[in-house]
Amino acid sequence: MAELSGKYLVGVYDDDDTVLHAVPKLRKAGVKIKEVYSPFPIHGLDEALGHPRTRIGIAAFMFGVTGCCAVLTLMIWTMGYDWPMIIGGKDPISIPNYIPITFEGTVLFTAFGMVTTFLISNGLGPGTHFHPRFDVRATDNKFIMAIEMSRNSMSEEEISRALKDSGAEEVNIKQF
Amino acid sequence: MHVTSPVREPLIQGGKTYADVTEDICRHVEATPTKEWKIAFGLSLIVLAYGSVCLAWTWWEGLGVWGLNKTVGWAWDITNFVWWVGIGHAGTLISAILLLFRQKWRTSINRAAEAMTIFAVICAASFILMHMGRPWMAYWALPLPNAFGSLWVNFNSPLVWDVFAISTYFSVSLVFWYIGLIPDLATIRDRATSKVSKFMYGTFAMGWDGSAKTWARYEYISLILAGLSTPLVLSVHTIVSMDFATSVIPGWHTTIFPPYFVAGAIFSGFAMVQNLMLITRVVYKLEDYITLEHIETMNKVITLTGSVVGVAYITEFFIAWYGGVEYEYYAFFNRMTGPYWWAYWAMMTCNVISPQLFWSRKLRRSITFTFFISVVVNIGMWFERFVIIVTSLHRDYIPSSWAMFSPTRYDIGDYIFSFGLFFTLFLLFSKYLPVVNMAEVKAVLRSTSAQLPAKIAGVAKVRQRGTAEPVYNKDQE
Repeated sequence: MAELSGKYLVGVYDDDDTVLHAVPKLRKAGVKIKEVYSPFPIHGLDEALGHPRTRIGIAAFMFGVTGCCAVLTLMIWTMGYDWPMIIGGKDPISIPNYIPITFEGTVLFTAFGMVTTFLISNGLGPGTHFHPRFDVRATDNKFIMAIEMSRNSMSEEEISRALKDSGAEEVNIKQF
Repeated sequence: MHVTSPVREPLIQGGKTYADVTEDICRHVEATPTKEWKIAFGLSLIVLAYGSVCLAWTWWEGLGVWGLNKTVGWAWDITNFVWWVGIGHAGTLISAILLLFRQKWRTSINRAAEAMTIFAVICAASFILMHMGRPWMAYWALPLPNAFGSLWVNFNSPLVWDVFAISTYFSVSLVFWYIGLIPDLATIRDRATSKVSKFMYGTFAMGWDGSAKTWARYEYISLILAGLSTPLVLSVHTIVSMDFATSVIPGWHTTIFPPYFVAGAIFSGFAMVQNLMLITRVVYKLEDYITLEHIETMNKVITLTGSVVGVAYITEFFIAWYGGVEYEYYAFFNRMTGPYWWAYWAMMTCNVISPQLFWSRKLRRSITFTFFISVVVNIGMWFERFVIIVTSLHRDYIPSSWAMFSPTRYDIGDYIFSFGLFFTLFLLFSKYLPVVNMAEVKAVLRSTSAQLPAKIAGVAKVRQRGTAEPVYNKDQE
């Protein structure tokens, strides 16, 4: 998570269904929501918030293609050109024998590439644990909605009321 | 509003709230180690120490300390390797294949099963290093330039495929497991009171905040990792079986090996999961999370894979006779009636007959019986590998070179080493990391809880210590 600054209104919900239904309601009322934090994935929440669909799958595919090519190239070059050898009466370059390692290499590159992309795109990494958070209960049993005041034209009272109306059990002000 | 189907029993019993889940799982991580844990840990350290001494002597003196001879050049080392790798497969099956099949019951057991996978693969890899005799040369198996030797590795060899398969399997499993751990580590970080645990869990949680965007990406990569791990786990044991199947030793040279090895791997792995989970659920009072339904479902998987293994044994035997190759026929006839007949029949009894007892609902819902059969299955699967390896080798083409294998103290000691290592690692895991995936259990709680949706949220219930009744007592029909 990136560093936070400014003034935030923080709505605390105690149920995943409530928060999921609150998001479209608040957006309709003109409240710009920064993000919702939850202890577990809530299906449909990212779409409700208007987050674009993740492109991590494209990255994964690219890493897979890279891995496949890299490993295949290594085998063809070493076995076929750098030190050609005939083993078991087969051609120096015998692709069927390279399939298992090509597969493993593809999986390895995809998994590591994708996970690295995941960590970087979410700003996850060692040394980030001193970053402030809106509410530590977001990893236990509460669902936290953060609203950045500087990005909203509505007044604090209006947003606070809208949050309460949508089912928030607490509304806190957080200043970073 | 979600509706709970009344037809199925709830996955999580006891009407848990989200806070209850956090509390029930984190309690064991936060508490000081119990006396039982310390005793168990001490015992595993002693076992590990004894095994390490044996292993050190094996490496110091050389592989001559094992009972190997010119005819039987592979024995317990490869038996143990295949056995441990096989055990690892269940964890990946639970975390990856059952995720693709949307089996929600896996959420209670996937964390511990994946940990088991990782530790089992470490044990398996230790036998690869052992059987090299000169473990400091292990890097020769990697594709390194000629300066390290005169040649590149032979990419046509299944043994080299194995190096890639096992190392990919280990590292991808580790990454998959760790990604699943991050949200739970964040939960512990946010509850931590001491400076040390705040720092440690905070570092490993890597600043996780549970934002909707992060969760969406998390779910997406979990799905892709599961999709990658599924063919990966099948490829690993396929390649392990090719270590044998691509050679021209009668008894090894069969095309049935890959599917038969994979089924056997899942079979023995689930038995090990049962053994570990049955103990963990009692020690950590997780009876509400790992219910009789879970145990019964795993027993069904054991019966299915055990039956596949049984069919494979019989098919293999039939083809050895029907195929008309006399060496092939002799290899199998020798397994059944030769000097190692007892190993063959131990394998047949443990692997073919014992899982069939689970057709009885009463037996597969009995905890004691499940534990017993799981141990039997693991013994049987060890014998399977022993039978395949030693009895295929010990009588080769020239009767004058026929030999028997008998293990020495170092064969046994090195096997004991792997147990010490496995249990030491598993005990450390079960103390310092959450044994149940809290985030995933919370995610399935609403659709599977015994309680009305309105009761899921809210604060944790006060737990009366020492009075928690095991759920299975009232669940018995």
